[in-house]
Amino acid sequence: MGFFLEVLIGGLMTGMLYSLVALGFVLIFKASGVFNFAQGAMVLFAALAMARFSEWIPGWLGVENLMVANILAFIIAAFLMFVVAWLIERLVLRHLVNQEGATLLMATLGIAYFIDGLGQTVFGSDIYKIDVGMPKEPVMVLQGVFEGGLLINKEDFIAALVAALLVAALALFFQKTATGRALRAVADDHQAAQSIGIPLNRIWVIVWCVAGIVALVAGIIWGSKLGVQFSLVTVALRALPVVILGGLTSVPGAIIGGLIIGVGEKVSEVYLGPLVGGGIEIWFAYMLALVFLLFRPQGLFGEKIIDRV
Amino acid sequence: MIYRENGQFKTSYAADQQIFPILQDRWAILGILAFAFIAVPLLADEYLFRAILIPFLILSLAALGVNLLVGYCGQITLGAGAFMAVGAYAAYNFFVRVDDMPLLAALLLGGATSAAVGVVFGVPSLRVRGLYLAVATLAAQFFWDWAFLRIKWFTNDSSSGSVSVSNLSVFGWDLKSPTDVYLFCLAVLVVFALLAKNMTRGAIGRQWMAIRDMDVAAEVIGIRPMYAKLSAFAVSSFFLGVAGGLWGFVHLGAWEPAAFSLDRSFQLLFMVIIGGLGSIMGSFFGAAFIVILPIFLNQMLPWLGDLVGVSISTAGVSHAEIMIFGALIVFFLIVEPHGIARLWSTAKEKLRLWPFPH
Repeated sequence: MGFFLEVLIGGLMTGMLYSLVALGFVLIFKASGVFNFAQGAMVLFAALAMARFSEWIPGWLGVENLMVANILAFIIAAFLMFVVAWLIERLVLRHLVNQEGATLLMATLGIAYFIDGLGQTVFGSDIYKIDVGMPKEPVMVLQGVFEGGLLINKEDFIAALVAALLVAALALFFQKTATGRALRAVADDHQAAQSIGIPLNRIWVIVWCVAGIVALVAGIIWGSKLGVQFSLVTVALRALPVVILGGLTSVPGAIIGGLIIGVGEKVSEVYLGPLVGGGIEIWFAYMLALVFLLFRPQGLFGEKIIDRV
Repeated sequence: MIYRENGQFKTSYAADQQIFPILQDRWAILGILAFAFIAVPLLADEYLFRAILIPFLILSLAALGVNLLVGYCGQITLGAGAFMAVGAYAAYNFFVRVDDMPLLAALLLGGATSAAVGVVFGVPSLRVRGLYLAVATLAAQFFWDWAFLRIKWFTNDSSSGSVSVSNLSVFGWDLKSPTDVYLFCLAVLVVFALLAKNMTRGAIGRQWMAIRDMDVAAEVIGIRPMYAKLSAFAVSSFFLGVAGGLWGFVHLGAWEPAAFSLDRSFQLLFMVIIGGLGSIMGSFFGAAFIVILPIFLNQMLPWLGDLVGVSISTAGVSHAEIMIFGALIVFFLIVEPHGIARLWSTAKEKLRLWPFPH
């Protein structure tokens, strides 16, 4: 029982991290109808920027304090993500308005290739570390309740907490601010939003920026967990089933979907994996999402699909 | 010799319905075929065969398969590479486990296996549509990547899924030199391209297109969505399976699952979108573009670097290559979202009026 709970909690915490990446997809899809395959590349780019700047800044400015260097690096990386978002809107999206979904998907794949290449050209392609002072050693809790207690990874726990905070902040931003309201209006109906004077282009830049910041946070967390390297882009591939499971247009869907996929993945790997040779995590997540989709084709919280001839 | 159909009267149904209704087109196609079958083997050297021509032919075949599904039936797939892998490994199993299995039969059986698998993975398309389906097809990709790596039976107990074949021959014709391989691939491609063209002109192709344009409306006028969608998956996977078999058997000779990774699926999708969705010709254009571009960049960049006095490291070249590749794809999508095939048909329209456009 204790072991099962451990697996379950581990799954929930990984799931929270998946939701963080999935959130980036959902934000952009909601506001611009673009399925952004470049999200993984953005995560890698942001993490690379963060890792390298926190390494370079002490040398440039003579700052010894790790905390200050990290904060400065975060600000610079966030600014970089803003520039990337602005360029993407300016150079690509603006010219592809009203194209088909498949064309837009391919365009973001092109962007992904470009950002991958750019990031590695500018920042190098070795494995880098991000050290934001996350505690590494696991702790035991609830020793009184179970025999042996539960082993919980502190790092995962903090990461999940950060993810939850970010999600809450985003929810507040969407519900309470004027910009958030404009974003929701654009998501509902482009033309109607435009006709009441909401500037579409600026909204798109904002939403790509927000997605960029989300990518930065995801990059920092995943990067300090796994090390910043090219394989970070595959994190986005693992977040895709989360997106379709929760529904492409739903922020809560991304969270719930992430938790379901996280738990499903861990439980299947631990209990089913040994029977078939292990390594089943990644396709199992997709299969799980597929099974849900067979019952609800628009995802758990997606908008209902209505067909008219 | 002006490109114009004036004076070419069709006097029979057969003449009216032929694939190339314009005489000049027929001559052009015959010329291209003659060039490909006779002139190219005389002119090309081994590097050209191995690096460009053979990959181009095989990937054209795969792009044809993807185009039938994505371009004609409107079902976006990101799992094309998986079906190539299924074709290749199924053909390998038939080839190795059955005594005296002819190469051609193994390839076709590989294609058939891939078709069956394609139908199974096409089932979600009956419920799920658009981008959701695109992501769902990734399931096929990841599942088969895993299966060929971990399940020993599929790969005849070889470690990490790497297998190899040798002594290939078709009807007593040894496929040894690159020229032989080229001619074999070309022959297969011609047959399959003709098949694809005729399928899209026939009843089944029209059903696919109706489903693509609006599946609810298609259902109302009496097209069975299940039959149409699953048949598109089956045919597409069959093409992909045969292409995968060719890629493994005659191009690589020895391969592992990474040869058919997710990148391959993306590459194939790039081909059909850049070439032109819903166009047989477009598949060839797209394949040529995607095969030649990286090689071209690879050769050009160090040369350009020398020109301005900067020597670029190998890693730098490969990164710059990805960057330029991505940028060019975006550029292409912006300039011509309907692909090279659209440019081609515009050019043909213009040519028909030339030199008297008014």
